[in-house]
Amino acid sequence: MAEPFSGTDTVQFRFRDDEAVDHAAVTVDAFLGQSNASAVRIEPGDDARALLPQIGQLRLVEVNFPSFMDGRGYSSARILREAGYTGELRAVGDVLIDQLNDLRRCGFDSFQPDQPLDAEDAARAFAVWPEVYQPAADARIPIWAKRHGH
Amino acid sequence: MYRYDSYDQTMVDARVAEFRDQTRRRIDGKLTEDQFKPLRLQNGLYLQLHAYMLRVAVPYGTLSSAQMHALADIADKYDRGYGHFTTRQNIQYNWIKLEDAPDILADLAKVEMHAIQTSGNCIRNISSDQFAGAAADEVVDPRPYAELLRQWSSFHPEFLALPRKFKIAVIASETDRAAMRLHDIGVKIVRNAAGELGAAFYVGGGMGRTPMIGPLIREFVPLDQLITYSEACLRVYNRYGRRDNKYKARIKILVHELGADEYKRQVEEEFAHLLTLGIEPPLAELERIKTFFVDPPFEKSASDDLDRSDPDFALWVDRNCTPHKQPGYIAATISLKAVGGIPGDASAAQMHLMAELTERYSFDECRVTHAQNIVLPHVRKADLYALWQQLDEAGLATPNLDLIGDIIACPGLDYCSLANARSIPVAQKISQRFAETGKGDMLGELKLKISGCINACGHHHAGHIGILGVDKKGTENYQLLLGGSEGADTSLGKITGPGFDEDGIVAAVETAADVYLAQRQDGERFLDTYRRIGMEPFKEALYG
Ligand code: SF4
Repeated sequence: MAEPFSGTDTVQFRFRDDEAVDHAAVTVDAFLGQSNASAVRIEPGDDARALLPQIGQLRLVEVNFPSFMDGRGYSSARILREAGYTGELRAVGDVLIDQLNDLRRCGFDSFQPDQPLDAEDAARAFAVWPEVYQPAADARIPIWAKRHGH
Repeated sequence: MYRYDSYDQTMVDARVAEFRDQTRRRIDGKLTEDQFKPLRLQNGLYLQLHAYMLRVAVPYGTLSSAQMHALADIADKYDRGYGHFTTRQNIQYNWIKLEDAPDILADLAKVEMHAIQTSGNCIRNISSDQFAGAAADEVVDPRPYAELLRQWSSFHPEFLALPRKFKIAVIASETDRAAMRLHDIGVKIVRNAAGELGAAFYVGGGMGRTPMIGPLIREFVPLDQLITYSEACLRVYNRYGRRDNKYKARIKILVHELGADEYKRQVEEEFAHLLTLGIEPPLAELERIKTFFVDPPFEKSASDDLDRSDPDFALWVDRNCTPHKQPGYIAATISLKAVGGIPGDASAAQMHLMAELTERYSFDECRVTHAQNIVLPHVRKADLYALWQQLDEAGLATPNLDLIGDIIACPGLDYCSLANARSIPVAQKISQRFAETGKGDMLGELKLKISGCINACGHHHAGHIGILGVDKKGTENYQLLLGGSEGADTSLGKITGPGFDEDGIVAAVETAADVYLAQRQDGERFLDTYRRIGMEPFKEALYG
């Protein structure tokens, strides 16, 4: 199929050891209409839950952030992780330093920013919180659990 | 009151370090203003007409004397010696330099305070009843639930880029003193028929250009599902709230467009799913928090007697003090509405004094009210006269709580870049006029609220009399609204008709007050008379 999306196609940060999927992601509509793709791209208005019946065949889900101000992708990511999706979850688009940690907490494990990010600033951003107040899609133990010895 | 443990302190300290780094990157040019804006907003820093404004969170309005002293020090050190208490029980400083902001946040962190999520499209500081823990009519103290929600909503990774800002209020009394149903979520702690505590959720209220009273979405959420239910409410909003139009992005529009029933259905579906994930803190955490909100050591045999021989004192007691659940005690409201003053403003010296009085007379605790006053919640009646004398000397004993002089006004065109018109001078003129004529005293309860534009930060829709600043072909113009109310009988004010200029609006308020004085029947407040006789007689007098 034709080159579907623009932007840099450099994954700048990846927190996985497996081989990356080497073919382009298709749209949610295309994915639901054909059964063999293993990579899909979610736009902010797409319903991530529509993917759930076929989640087992997916190895890469890209979530597009046309603007970092549009936070729907955070919920999409958590919904996929909550449904047991363990493949790559990639944040794509207007992905900035100060959203990295929140994205990571919502289940993203790779990052493909439109503009390459300063590596040092990014490293600091991923480590910004020594503790967390609430459970999310990552494995971090919330403060309340530590307080009560869970 | 709540005290940080090492975890809470760690989080606030980490936030200060993060913001210091973000400010550095902004100053180095690594962040554009567009990229920096949401970051500074989530740390309470707005760019206003003349300078930066910093808004500091006062969780559920509760402050210790050490915190009040620190707020005064910040006013002296980084501002022009003033702080401005806001309608969301916070404090803001209007003359801040960007490069000072990280140092201010560090100063705040030393007294367990912060500016986290006081602006931006995220869950804001949570407000509550200013008489929590003192009110005779409360089911329980609502603040532990607010604190639980505060921790859950702080840096919640999924909800930091919501369609729009999100405000939560928590109350636990039949009398709603926090305008709960005019919030994105209003939580009311209640007991069910079995005597168990739980939370009623009202979702989709708000002011702004499309004011709405939040409908009841669920009558009873058990306490061990409070966070999970809140998360469900927020997730549905984050996914489906409108993002195409800033003015339609608040949750009230989503709830209105879907209909309360459909919104509720979606929340219930999400809730059922989230319940399977175990995201709820254990009840032990709520119990831990509650231990910080036990009653102070009240003197059991404190006397209920008051020497009312000083008439000025007696007037202040009648106007500004509220009964307490504990015999021998009373809650005293310090009016920040001196005649001709700026509503909600306090000087550093006044803040220091209020801090001292808080420590001496109110078990080291005071409250900021959403009407922009300060409450000393637990004063022994035997100490009340001494307290009043010290307040009076400092110009802090204006006896006008809930009277027409107790005006709520937003910063308006004097500070705010969104404003159409000035609010502060109008408030000053009205309070002066009614003080001079003595009519202010005759009117009884009359809540006057002024907003400098349709964003309604001054809650004009909820005023018995509301004033809205509009732009009329480039000049400042003011619309008059009548009949708004917040609380148990929440209603939205209606516009009387064509607007007025600055002097005209002052006269119009007086005219409306005169109609009430002429028409009122026994015991009626302005609002009651308005509700009985309707808009017509007012219109006639105003435009006739
Ligand atoms: S109501 Fe308008 S003018 Fe007043 S503070 Fe809010 S945005 Fe500014």
